[in-house]
Amino acid sequence: MSDSRPFDVEAIRRDFPILEREIRGKPLVFLDTAASAQKPQVVLDAIQDFYTSGYANIHRGIYQLSAEATRRFEAAREVVQRFLGAADAREIVFVRNTTEAINLVARTWGEENLGAGDEIVITAMEHHANIVPWQMLGERRGTVLRVAPIDERGDVLLDEFEALLGEHTKLVAISHVSNALGTINPLAEMIAIAKERGITVLVDGAQAVPHMKVDVAALGCDFYAFSGHKLFGPSGIGVLYGRLPILDAMPPFLGGGEMIESVTFEKSTYAPVPHKFEAGTPDIAGAIGLSPAIHYLEEIGRDRIATHEHALLVHATEALGAIEGLRLIGTARQKAAVVSFVVDGVHAHDVGTVLDQAGIAVRVGHHCAQPLMEIFGVPATVRASFSLYNTHDEVDVLAAAVRDTLEIFR
Amino acid sequence: MDELRDLYQATILDHNKKPRNFGALENADRKADGHNPLCGDKLTVYLELEDDRVVDVAFEGAGCAISTASASLMTERVKGRRIAEIEEDFCRFHELVTSAPDAPVNIGSHGKLAVFSGVREYPMRVKCATLAWHTLRAAIGNRGTTAKTE
Repeated sequence: MSDSRPFDVEAIRRDFPILEREIRGKPLVFLDTAASAQKPQVVLDAIQDFYTSGYANIHRGIYQLSAEATRRFEAAREVVQRFLGAADAREIVFVRNTTEAINLVARTWGEENLGAGDEIVITAMEHHANIVPWQMLGERRGTVLRVAPIDERGDVLLDEFEALLGEHTKLVAISHVSNALGTINPLAEMIAIAKERGITVLVDGAQAVPHMKVDVAALGCDFYAFSGHKLFGPSGIGVLYGRLPILDAMPPFLGGGEMIESVTFEKSTYAPVPHKFEAGTPDIAGAIGLSPAIHYLEEIGRDRIATHEHALLVHATEALGAIEGLRLIGTARQKAAVVSFVVDGVHAHDVGTVLDQAGIAVRVGHHCAQPLMEIFGVPATVRASFSLYNTHDEVDVLAAAVRDTLEIFR
Repeated sequence: MDELRDLYQATILDHNKKPRNFGALENADRKADGHNPLCGDKLTVYLELEDDRVVDVAFEGAGCAISTASASLMTERVKGRRIAEIEEDFCRFHELVTSAPDAPVNIGSHGKLAVFSGVREYPMRVKCATLAWHTLRAAIGNRGTTAKTE
């Protein structure tokens, strides 16, 4: 169902108080949402309100305040469940971030189910968070990491991906959207290919959930991970979705309070999911702040956000692509609003500093994807990422500042 | 753009474009690699020593304008100097790039290196400016390890 309400970017910008800031005397042009998103007032209010008038630890107090906090924390879990299309709120595990979610799976499901010679297939565009945990698992268990190649545009080569999946493949761990290139992977197809062979699938959804509707039940993946801070929520809260039977069978992650059923000095038994994976006091305010962030996005409508972002992507690709000496890195067929580029003869760090002087916040560096940078033969890129609060004027400011950079270094 | 000219002064742009003492040093008796994991900058510093004096120095590698120019100007600065003097140079340079942005700069004591005073405004770039110096010190110590800014 299409939503015909006009997209009022100025009204949206007023929801984000930080956008009123000036940087080095210039209005802030925030083009680093792929690293972390700014927070709307509703999120700030929810956190402030919780700490001001609703704070207590959860799941243990007999008193009213603790019961209220517990209810709000668990309500946030249900909001996430609905948001992801999960069948059951118990399939939602609160963690710190995507990185912790993937490490949790490696440390529990991986340790329990994978052994020497078992293969884990990733793609060449993965973030370090979806590479290193599997290498660490390999050091402990002797598993083998296989990498599905990409083409020069930054699209995964599906045939080669499929060819990599064999009798030893036990896990496919892939990003939904590439943080460095913006590539939107053909996830449904890739999951179907893995599932035909009965292979478990984990999806790194950190870059996807802020931009598109995600339905884990329809996708059919076993695990899906994302971070709250990239979704306009607080930093320190993240989500691991796992199918209930798999989570049920997994050993616990960290040991401690909250994750137990009963403890004696001889033996402990563990709480049911999801609490089995949530040892210790969690980021209560983080979960409570994530909930209004999700409501906020749903209220605006992710389809409308995607349309706005795509228009910014097209504009930025044209405006930057027209600059002589600039090379776009990552031109996949389906892209999120991420534009990665290098400028001839000018190091990405110098570009970043010139842009900073113009009030523009971009990410420069290897974007936690060093192997990917090697494939493209560059040490680092400049990455501008666009979101619901960015404007077409900001795209023009960016392009002008990149031209200034070339002017300085000519 | 004026503020940027303070950072990217003509001398820095010139040394970035045409780095001096660039390339491997055949007669080097000490060398060290430097790496800034934050931005991927890598360079190698080569030294030829006679007793405690640097008779020749060179560097090679790839990095941003600040790190390349800093390496280039550093080689000019330290050639012919004694190790103890170089250590003093390093301390002065480090203080220059990490001092408060409004602190006075004594041009006389820094010579050409004073062009890096603009780095003070950009704390994220201090490591770019000091990478070559850290690497030089590693080469002097001949520890054979990679100097890191992190």
